[in-house]
Amino acid sequence: MSGAFWSRAGAHAESFDRLFAVLTGFSVLILLLVAGLIIGFSIRFRSGSKVTRHKVSRLVHREIEIGWIAATAIVALFFFWWTTSANLQQAGAPADAMEIHIEAKQWMWKASHPDGTRELSTLHVPAGRPVALYLNSQDVIHSFFVPAFRLKQDVVPGRTATMWFEADKPGTYPLLCAEYCGTGHSKMLGEIVVMEPGDFAAWLDSRPEGAGLIAAGRALFTSAGCSGCHAAGSAVHAPELAGLYGRQVPLADGRVVTADAAYIQDSILLPRRDIVAGYAPIMPDFADLLDEEEVAALVAYIRSLKGDTP
Amino acid sequence: MTDAAHPGTPDHGYSLPPSYLGAGTTLRSWLLTTDHKRIGLLYLASITVFFLIGGIAAAVMRTELMTPTGDLVSADTYNRLFTLHGVIMVWFFLIPAVPTTLGNFILPMAIGARDVAFPRLNLLSWYLNIAGGTLALVALLLGGVDTGWTFYTPYSTLYSNSYVTLAAAGVFVAGFSSIATGLNFIVTVHTQRTKGMTWMRLPLFVWSIYATSIILVLATPALAIVLAMIVGERVFDLGLFDPTRGGDPILFQHIFWFYSHPAVYIMILPGMGVVTEVLTCFSRRKVFGYEAMVFAILGIAIFGFFVWGHHMFVSGQSTFASLIFSLLSFVIAVPSAIKVFNWSATLYGGHITFEASMLYALGFVGLFTMGGLTGLFLASVPVDVHVTDTYFIVAHFHYIMVGGMVSAFFAGLHFWWPKITGRMYSEGFARAAALLMFVGFNVTFFPQFILGFMGMPRRYWSYPPEFQILNLMSSFGAMILALAYALPFVYFALSLWRGRMAGDNPWRATGLEWATASPPPRENFAEPPVVDSAPYDYHPAHAEPTEREDARDREDQDDRPEDPR
Repeated sequence: MSGAFWSRAGAHAESFDRLFAVLTGFSVLILLLVAGLIIGFSIRFRSGSKVTRHKVSRLVHREIEIGWIAATAIVALFFFWWTTSANLQQAGAPADAMEIHIEAKQWMWKASHPDGTRELSTLHVPAGRPVALYLNSQDVIHSFFVPAFRLKQDVVPGRTATMWFEADKPGTYPLLCAEYCGTGHSKMLGEIVVMEPGDFAAWLDSRPEGAGLIAAGRALFTSAGCSGCHAAGSAVHAPELAGLYGRQVPLADGRVVTADAAYIQDSILLPRRDIVAGYAPIMPDFADLLDEEEVAALVAYIRSLKGDTP
Repeated sequence: MTDAAHPGTPDHGYSLPPSYLGAGTTLRSWLLTTDHKRIGLLYLASITVFFLIGGIAAAVMRTELMTPTGDLVSADTYNRLFTLHGVIMVWFFLIPAVPTTLGNFILPMAIGARDVAFPRLNLLSWYLNIAGGTLALVALLLGGVDTGWTFYTPYSTLYSNSYVTLAAAGVFVAGFSSIATGLNFIVTVHTQRTKGMTWMRLPLFVWSIYATSIILVLATPALAIVLAMIVGERVFDLGLFDPTRGGDPILFQHIFWFYSHPAVYIMILPGMGVVTEVLTCFSRRKVFGYEAMVFAILGIAIFGFFVWGHHMFVSGQSTFASLIFSLLSFVIAVPSAIKVFNWSATLYGGHITFEASMLYALGFVGLFTMGGLTGLFLASVPVDVHVTDTYFIVAHFHYIMVGGMVSAFFAGLHFWWPKITGRMYSEGFARAAALLMFVGFNVTFFPQFILGFMGMPRRYWSYPPEFQILNLMSSFGAMILALAYALPFVYFALSLWRGRMAGDNPWRATGLEWATASPPPRENFAEPPVVDSAPYDYHPAHAEPTEREDARDREDQDDRPEDPR
């Protein structure tokens, strides 16, 4: 791990550093004010000093009181508005973000790229391109923390967490687990390797297991019984999966959701949560039958199915 | 105040019954006592033991962290140490510290009462606290708990191979002690105030204990529920927090922080009350803005219930929920800021002296301000995302709890020690300890803000070598701090048989507790005092204050008799 903790990469980091600097400056000012008042008064009004001690009239008393209540309230609301608007601007991942799956388990990070490339405790990404992460945990809560990006996201078992970043500078940045997860917590470390887009493409091509995840998913699609209902021409009335990925899906309760990786994963594990409009809730629950890696393989396979209308 | 309370009244112990200390010297007379003063001392003894145990755990951790590699203890031992430190310090030291020791001893006297409303319930509270503490200590002796004091699920329910059930049961039992104590104080303040002690004449120490008691009664049941759920999950395998069976790990965090955020105010509000008593006494000033201080205390107690979600900004809670919790967290900064400014303004125009108690109180204001300002960083969602679960958080809450609450506890202990024991300690040693504590504290915890900003996560047994220099500084500061905590044991102990007699009111303070003998008799007062003026009557309203020595000779110069202050 290089001295990369201080380094900064990406838009979140820039915005964070600005907010942090202003808050720090404000805090120093207030601290100096309070320290100045206390030390100044302590010296000026120490017992035995001959200074005149003026009466504080009741009116001044009240004005001072109202003045600083109003001042602190305005400052507090200003900081709320400012930091919240900074936060909301960065809330959603851009539509063209590259999607990567992260599996957290005691005590390692596993990443799967869209083409099925897997890596352990290291994540290679191209610079200058937004990357959306879909994170799952196989056991306890972990937290994906990249100090250089000023980003952190808890990974809670049973749900898919999302976060996104865009690294602007190639380099190697430390990845740490920030939520206490047991014996190996402080050893649950990794690296984010940010590469020039050309280098990244070359790296991806050099990885042998490229299609492995999709192939595993294809095999599972049959062996786990998915194809019994979801294959084209099946007698059971089940949603068509070809071309599903990225489509808007109307649900039985009136909502419309985007079929992203998190949706597909949830539909496998908790099929009754989001019922597609026009279908009966007949799909069994696969949560106990498939492990996290198998689900990831199935999701990769379903993503790879291109339909007639993309 | 009453004539008897007027500063400078000569000692009158000869006309009073023997002191509460003389009412019995057997172990039985202590263990079966219903005297609020003796119960306060029982608590003082038990929290001191817990503070030592928690402090030793911290010392071993700081030693381990002097080097980046984990070499002194194993990772599992380290995890058990920080859990032990957190559980013991939070539930068996910080939460009971001020309310059950100084609150128990002083509050009934400060309102002119003979005892709390339910003296036997008061004793039961102590036994429940001891029972809970014993269960927790047994869990630690058997092999410890490795979940962290926050008991996050599903680690604590499905994965941890340690004595979680026993420790949770211990905290559960201690919770009933908190509830009983809170209930007792609420009823005491409502029903036991002496004649003339109206609500707006209550010392702010009493107001702060009252507000704390309301939080204790309303919030602690949530803790009891969530701990019962943990035990149910571990013993009966209920699946409440197990996502594979429809449970939700995040449910735990919501209930836990619904208690544990207000618990921060349980710890700090009594400290704020103590500091107000001390600052007014040693600057010979009425508190600046009494009403605003009362409303700030109540505002903190109420708003404190609605900010728990700021502990969960990175848990995956909705953006909208984070926004609301962020707003409320900024709002609660306002009453805290009012208190800091009012304390500063109280010093204006005073006749300030710097006894040890005052040094602790002034240190409190500075350290609490640091803790409060860094709270603004954590209320901001995008800033919190980076610094949460790092050493920045560790530094922040230690500034509030150790810098703030422990400083205030020591301020109060030094302030009321002459009242409690009837004897004076060595002022020189006490001032040295106060300064040492301030310096040691800052050297220990300030570097941790930088560590957190750089990205060092908390609860790390080993860490990347970049962080070593700051960790070394922190460990060095901890040694200074340990020395500063050891000193009071020495001079307080010496004062018990070498200290000169304190007299009824060595600080010439107002407040009914000073209107009786030191140490006070079993029934506190020879006859119930009557109150006819506002608290902090160090000088006539809106007139300049006077020096301590001639305060008693001053005629009432108030030209505005209709002013309630």
